[in-house]
Amino acid sequence: MPLFTGIAIVVALAVFMLLRVPNIEYLFVAGYTIVQYIVLSTAWNILGGYCGYVNFGSAAFFALGAYSTVALATFGTQLDDLVPESAAPFFHLIFPLPIPALIVIGGIVSGIVGFGTGYLTLRLRGAFFAIATLALSVVLATLVVNWDFVGGSGGAYVVRPGEFPGLGSYMQYLFLLMLGLAVFSVVVARWIERSRLGFGFAAIRDDELAAEASGVPTLRLKLIATTLSGALMGMAGAPFPYYIGYLAPASAFGLEYAVNSIAMPLIGGTTSWIGPVIGTILLGTLQQVTTVTISSAVNVLLVGVLLIAFVIIAPNGIVGLVQDRLHARRRK
Amino acid sequence: MTALLNVQNIGKRFGGFVALDDISLEVNAGERLGLIGPNGSGKSTLVNCICGTLQNERGSVHFDGHAMNGLAAHERTHRGLSRSFQLPRPFPSLTLADNLCIPMLYTVHKRSGPLHADDIGARCAELLRLVGLENKAKHLPRDLTQVEMRKLELARAMAAEPKLLIADEAMAGLSHSEIEDILALLVRLNESGITVIMIEHIMTAVMSFSQRLAVLVSGKKIADGKPEDVVRNPDVVRAYLGE
Repeated sequence: MPLFTGIAIVVALAVFMLLRVPNIEYLFVAGYTIVQYIVLSTAWNILGGYCGYVNFGSAAFFALGAYSTVALATFGTQLDDLVPESAAPFFHLIFPLPIPALIVIGGIVSGIVGFGTGYLTLRLRGAFFAIATLALSVVLATLVVNWDFVGGSGGAYVVRPGEFPGLGSYMQYLFLLMLGLAVFSVVVARWIERSRLGFGFAAIRDDELAAEASGVPTLRLKLIATTLSGALMGMAGAPFPYYIGYLAPASAFGLEYAVNSIAMPLIGGTTSWIGPVIGTILLGTLQQVTTVTISSAVNVLLVGVLLIAFVIIAPNGIVGLVQDRLHARRRK
Repeated sequence: MTALLNVQNIGKRFGGFVALDDISLEVNAGERLGLIGPNGSGKSTLVNCICGTLQNERGSVHFDGHAMNGLAAHERTHRGLSRSFQLPRPFPSLTLADNLCIPMLYTVHKRSGPLHADDIGARCAELLRLVGLENKAKHLPRDLTQVEMRKLELARAMAAEPKLLIADEAMAGLSHSEIEDILALLVRLNESGITVIMIEHIMTAVMSFSQRLAVLVSGKKIADGKPEDVVRNPDVVRAYLGE
């Protein structure tokens, strides 16, 4: 196993063990949200930071993952009505699907939609691409609202089991899964950054015409980015119904997913895998603290103020600030 | 000699404006061709159509025996067509060395298999030395002067190890000695077997470099031949100096 993956796993396990010490369930509830945003912001950064394509539709990919889970869970509870009697025993054997399987399925669904969206919209640049992704979010939300099987506008309940054998509360299990997903996405992002793919992404971000002239197949690489980014977001969304217990379109397609998954990488820095992680831990923790101490509405204000501050003071985020310092020192 | 590049009757319009009107051009393997013409005569559009940055509406481009029509720019680069841009377009967030890595990772890699990291490093260093930027390998393009930017642009085009290199005004704004440097560099490249098309306004450079000269005026090719004959051609003189 590569050293970095090993370190990431050790850090994740240490975080998990540390949170278990005080025996406060809320730590896992709050921690889950933060870790979930590490996945989302890292996923956003693969397309937004590495390739320079701003995706406003993070909520759509996240919700696709969440609603894949809802659809499969609903299917699981209505098996006897939906499948022929002869096949029922087989389906009873595999349903309800374990959450890791749901994560994979959510990732596949969102990855496919990411690929499709990319194919349709990647000829657009800048603000136009951002608008197209925002539109995707609206279209999908409308579809879900009108799809009764997954609860329509009324939302759907997903019953979370009380305990996970060997771990204690089910929330801890969900947290651990999300932690694993965060490790996975960070390892993927870091691998991309150092690979041939990452160089191609950087070339696309910097100058697409020059990238083409240097032999970079820009459309293919952008499709890889939208697919990967979408898939990771869908994976982050898949366990969400079990976390929240009741999923309504308004919460799955919430604006905060789109805004946070942009704000966190921007604040942390978009050119490196560590940027989204730093941004998420800072902003995510701050949000959780203000939610408890002041009010949840202050969150949004906080994101806005911080985003403006960073755009003015440190347009390349915290990582960019540090890199500039180092660069200036080297030139002296 | 077989033609390496064969452009036949290509046409390109931008709305009602005819940028290229029925242009044919042949470039033989190993040749040094100069392409000149007044501003707005269609030189860069021709380059863009040859390299796939723009797609020509009429006519055809053949390179190295293959039809290029419909191929994206990167596919043409993979087949050995490389160009520098008139206004340098470096990758601003990458160091100079990494700028040169891009064509190696994507074009040379595609053509002759994966390169070892040490190999890439050595080639980058060699190219930067060729254009005199070896001390700035770790710098970002924003630290460069315009002149150095042009050298980087040329180095990046060379990093793709092309069969045909199109240098689009690589010398504009350069001092006399710098022009000499770049000219010597291009001649050396040519001697190593690379065909070069040079687009340039600096006549002394074009005249000393080119074995053949083609002249574009208002999207039409009005002359093509030995440089000393072409510059005496009355049509060319009229295009540059007026009646």
